[in-house]
Amino acid sequence: MKRISASRELLLLIAIALLLALIASRFPAFVTPANLAAVFNDTSPLILLAIGQMIVILTKCIDLSVAANLALTGMVVSLINIAAPGLPMVVIVAIAIGFGILLGMINGILVWKLAIPPIVVTLGTMTIFRGVIFLLTEGKWVNSHEMSDAFKAVPRTEIFGLPVLSWIAISAVILFWIVLTRTTLGRSFYAAGGNPNAATYAGINVGRTQFWAFTISGALAGLTGYLWVSRFAVAYVDVAGGFELTVVAACVIGGVSIMGGIGTVLGALLGALFLGIIANALPVVNISPFWQMAISGGAIIIAVVLNAQANRSPGRIILKRAEHAT
Amino acid sequence: MQLEIRPDVSIRAASDIDPLLSLAGITKTFPGVRALSDVSLKLYPGKVTALIGENGAGKSTVVKVLTGIYQPDEGDIRIAGEPVRFPTPQSAESAGVTAIHQETVLFDELSVAENIFLGHAPKGRFGLIDKSAMTTRASDLLSSIGAKIDPGATLKDLGTANKHLVAIARALSIDASVVIMDEPTAALSQKEIEELYDLVDDLKAQGKAILFISHKFDEIFRIADFYTVYRDGQMVGEGAIEDVSEPELVKMMVGRDVSQIFPDRDHNIGDEVLVVEGYEHPTEFAGIGFRLRRGELLGFYGLVGAGRSEFMQALFGITRPSGGDIRIDGASATIRTPADAVGNGIVYVPEDRSKQGAIGALPIFQNVTLPSLSRTSRNGFIRLAEEFKLARKYTERLSLRAASLDTEVGNLSGGNQQKVVIAKWLATQPKVIILDEPTKGIDIGSKAAVHEFMAELAAQGLAVILVSSEIPEIVGMSDRVIVMREGRIAAELDRKDISPESLVSHAAGIGGVEQ
Repeated sequence: MKRISASRELLLLIAIALLLALIASRFPAFVTPANLAAVFNDTSPLILLAIGQMIVILTKCIDLSVAANLALTGMVVSLINIAAPGLPMVVIVAIAIGFGILLGMINGILVWKLAIPPIVVTLGTMTIFRGVIFLLTEGKWVNSHEMSDAFKAVPRTEIFGLPVLSWIAISAVILFWIVLTRTTLGRSFYAAGGNPNAATYAGINVGRTQFWAFTISGALAGLTGYLWVSRFAVAYVDVAGGFELTVVAACVIGGVSIMGGIGTVLGALLGALFLGIIANALPVVNISPFWQMAISGGAIIIAVVLNAQANRSPGRIILKRAEHAT
Repeated sequence: MQLEIRPDVSIRAASDIDPLLSLAGITKTFPGVRALSDVSLKLYPGKVTALIGENGAGKSTVVKVLTGIYQPDEGDIRIAGEPVRFPTPQSAESAGVTAIHQETVLFDELSVAENIFLGHAPKGRFGLIDKSAMTTRASDLLSSIGAKIDPGATLKDLGTANKHLVAIARALSIDASVVIMDEPTAALSQKEIEELYDLVDDLKAQGKAILFISHKFDEIFRIADFYTVYRDGQMVGEGAIEDVSEPELVKMMVGRDVSQIFPDRDHNIGDEVLVVEGYEHPTEFAGIGFRLRRGELLGFYGLVGAGRSEFMQALFGITRPSGGDIRIDGASATIRTPADAVGNGIVYVPEDRSKQGAIGALPIFQNVTLPSLSRTSRNGFIRLAEEFKLARKYTERLSLRAASLDTEVGNLSGGNQQKVVIAKWLATQPKVIILDEPTKGIDIGSKAAVHEFMAELAAQGLAVILVSSEIPEIVGMSDRVIVMREGRIAAELDRKDISPESLVSHAAGIGGVEQ
């Protein structure tokens, strides 16, 4: 597994390098360290959400409600900030994570206890979360001037030359890399998605494992919700509309198998960066944004084809064995 | 065990009438396994030929050859003397060969008439399906087999028996001259079975050649004209049914060369470790009770569908039984989940290792330690060194050959995957290990290794439950055998009473066993 996934991620790294080289040939300024740092910062919300989504997909589920969770949590902390401008930012961040966890747990409970297919559950909660924003605000925006300065300052505060937003993304990558490779919970994500039957036999509660995956995805979406509204200094119903599909795309490009059980934090990170670079570079080199969609779409298909081929041979061996046993 | 081959009988049969369909010298191999080796089969018009053999004797494979699903490596198929080839299922159908399968392959959401004519519906103007003609013909077909089923009903609303009749009607909707019935009575009640016999008599009267596959001797003697016996992919006997007796057929089925040698075992049987009483399930099994001692190897034999695996899954906490008690080391235990079972020292190595055993995308060491993670971790953090140590210890014990413990299990051979699964369970240090068909689909060499290993486990004081459909394995390995039939214990045999014949008679319910 190490070898295949390593080569898969290496391949993606090479693709990113080629992409950067191509952009640099037309617009050298794009690859200066300062600009690359800016691109990374801009991609940080996508990285955070892709990590959560990857964990959910690992367990053979999908979370379509991440962007709606982000928007609702963002709105909730904005409203709290208006109501209590003096509240310390640590509390605001804690509320954002906690509220995101709550929303993620709703998904998780429905998938675990009621055994509803995750795509249906999260399609439903996606709509509900957006609806709740409307109920909270009657469609009104929360604008920059209503937010406290401290509220808006957090993501852009620089530490060692990088904004807090970037540091949060980096921390999440490290944290969840450890969770997935070094903890029993991380192992059970892979087992539950890789072969739910075998995982059950090994004493893993697959439903509960999926619940935790949704909870983590919710936590990251909630945190990103605060970072998003404070960075753009605006909160409204349609914040990050349709962004859930970009998040899933980042995972797929990053080599996460939509069938579950295969994927790494590094893959999700690289998948997100690939999309982030395309989104930032194409306007600069004067390519229409419509091409951006086409390129992202092409990248998804190529990634899926590569993954399918990497996974093909073991499956065939098993089938042949099973066949002659009858 | 020398079996009697009766050349006089087959010659007489062949000289009376020419076979409608004949197979000669058919060989079919799969990687590592020779499923059919130079087998023949003859089906006569207006006659029923019973195909008899143990699980894995090659019956299903020959049906797949006859219906164009498998291509034989060698040999020829003749219909009325003319050589034919069936490169696709459609070509077998158009040559007039049709099969009613063991598991009926129908479509729940379609109507009865649509199911019957799927793929060959009567066409009307513009090549569209002529629905009224289809309904009329469907209702004719159904009434011809005595089925009172509305052709417009949706299939999912029918009961099992009626679904089966639809499958039969579907088989007959093709103007077939050869009808294959693969265990057609398995899902039917006694009354429905009688109706099926009448139907078979009708088909015989129409001059169709019928291949009848069954494990039940009473119905073979009731319905068949000829028999053919397969064993281990070879034909070992054929003839007219009136010239053969039940014991002779059983002997042909199970008798074999003593090519498999089983390890010598010290029968070092210790204290009672597991007591099961009155285990029952609403649909799968009832009244299962037995005692198991340390160092004992208890075989579970039965035909496919006798409820052995279903019971084992309940014992392991995968399914919930509706009643029954377990005592482990004298203390009563509650097993609601597999984690409970593992915690109580019971582990289950399932039959279908690709579905239930190994996790293909995870490396060997992670597969091995999966149920033991509580021992290789502290506060939820995995200690990789411990994990590797545990995985190495148990894979080495099984002499698993792989490049490294990092290798993905999906890339290993079937035998090695099986070793990973067994290593995984041994690493939990169990008291009772349940092995469900541990040698199914693996080559002879690996089989011997698994047998030796089972003997070693028992010698170390583990109580081993061996669920197997392979008679030699059960006979060669078990200290005691429980035979299951139709979800109940049909017999419990001590070492001295274990013989292929006794196993088959109890499993099939023949020879003075109550019915």
